Amino acid sequence: MKKIGWKDLPPGAINPWPGNFQEVKTGSYRGGLKPIFYEEHCIHCLFCWVFCPDNAIIVEDGKMKGINYDYCKGCGICTVECPTDPKSLVLEKEETEL
Amino acid sequence: MSEIKILNGNAAIAWAVKQINPDVVAAYPITPSTSIVEHIAKYVADGVMTTEFVTPESEHSAMSMCVGASTGGARVFTATASQGLALMFEILYIAASLRLPIVAGIANRSLSAPINIHGDHSDVMAGRDTGWIQIHSENSQEAYDNIIQAFRIGEHKDVSTPVMVTMDGFILSHALQDVVVEEDEKVKNFVGERDPLYTALDVDHPITVGPIDFTDYYFEHKRSQMVGMENAPRVIKEVGEEFKKEFGREYGFIELYKMEDAEIAIVVLGSTAGTTKIVVDELRNKGKKVGLVKMRVYRPFPSREIVDALSNLKAVAILDRAMSPGALGGPLFTDVRSSLYESDKKPILVNYIYGLGGRDIAPKHIEEVYSRLEKIAATGKRGELLSYINLRE
Repeated sequence: MKKIGWKDLPPGAINPWPGNFQEVKTGSYRGGLKPIFYEEHCIHCLFCWVFCPDNAIIVEDGKMKGINYDYCKGCGICTVECPTDPKSLVLEKEETEL
Repeated sequence: MSEIKILNGNAAIAWAVKQINPDVVAAYPITPSTSIVEHIAKYVADGVMTTEFVTPESEHSAMSMCVGASTGGARVFTATASQGLALMFEILYIAASLRLPIVAGIANRSLSAPINIHGDHSDVMAGRDTGWIQIHSENSQEAYDNIIQAFRIGEHKDVSTPVMVTMDGFILSHALQDVVVEEDEKVKNFVGERDPLYTALDVDHPITVGPIDFTDYYFEHKRSQMVGMENAPRVIKEVGEEFKKEFGREYGFIELYKMEDAEIAIVVLGSTAGTTKIVVDELRNKGKKVGLVKMRVYRPFPSREIVDALSNLKAVAILDRAMSPGALGGPLFTDVRSSLYESDKKPILVNYIYGLGGRDIAPKHIEEVYSRLEKIAATGKRGELLSYINLRE
């Protein structure tokens, strides 16, 4: 995304592009841990979808389908809220480039 | 027809606001600005104004409400002083940064501690980097006229920046003076309607106001916010000329009083300019070549006008009614001195702090300043850079 220079910015620091945070790939924030989805244990309660602060849980036809790693920050809230035993979502190590 | 009213500074400001009838006034009362808000409350209660008058729980909330209303496209006014202005501080920056043309009437008062309700410029001088335009008044007439012009200046699309109109607490805010008030219709027509740069209430063009910036955009936004202040001089001049055409009274960035052939001068702002004029007249009668430069617009600072006015003089005293602890001198002094660095010819400059907490400044004190300037001009020797007027040792 090309960055805008000061002369072309809208006045008063307003943001006239609603929803443009989509362009910020918060997945780059992950620092060594990412949640892995184990579909075989999942009961599709969608707690993970409710609690995910970044809308990174992919749901189709009322079923949990996986994680959008473009936006998943690796916070691990889904792995805590997941009620199954064993867990359907587990934080695992991820190699990251710094 | 215009008519002459006997009004104090607060009533003069309230009169202008009544005629302009802004969409929203949100204010919290504080001495010495209280009666501005009291007058407005009465006008609203009597049905003379149709303004939405809001009484929040603090000045911080008052300025926050002004910001909210202004982002909605409303024309907004508030009034405060001293600790009240200080409590507004973080929102003053936000109002300016969001480019919201709020107009505030300030009855200048000292800052605590010790607590003191009287006039000095500590409050507004602390606000000089907030991004607000600052227009100072010598008397109640100017306070009235400046409020009318402030809406036009601030709300001009090229400016869209908040404006403080100041007057000295008690000395002007509570002293009755003759004030020429103009016809309601003429004032309304002069001010016109606000046409905002943007509005938060347009559902077809939704916007986010006050979003977060990281390291990648904050700097660009801050630079872009200065555009209003950069355009302000042109608009202040245009509005001043139009005001003169409509109402007959002339306003510029600075007022030159008997400066044509002056060799020494005082630079001052606010009511003390009036006292200084009397002294200049007396000294002129004795054949002394003295003059006065009265600052009207303090932000944006009229550097070019100051250079033109002072470069050819022999000695100049800058009078500050506020301290800037740890700096070279008072705020006005450092601005004037910095402006003159651009000039090949420079007068010898001295700085005086005066009138803190409402301490009197009388003609005899100003005479003493001119008498010292005369000696400096004759000998070329400056002496102390910073001195204090009417202070017990």
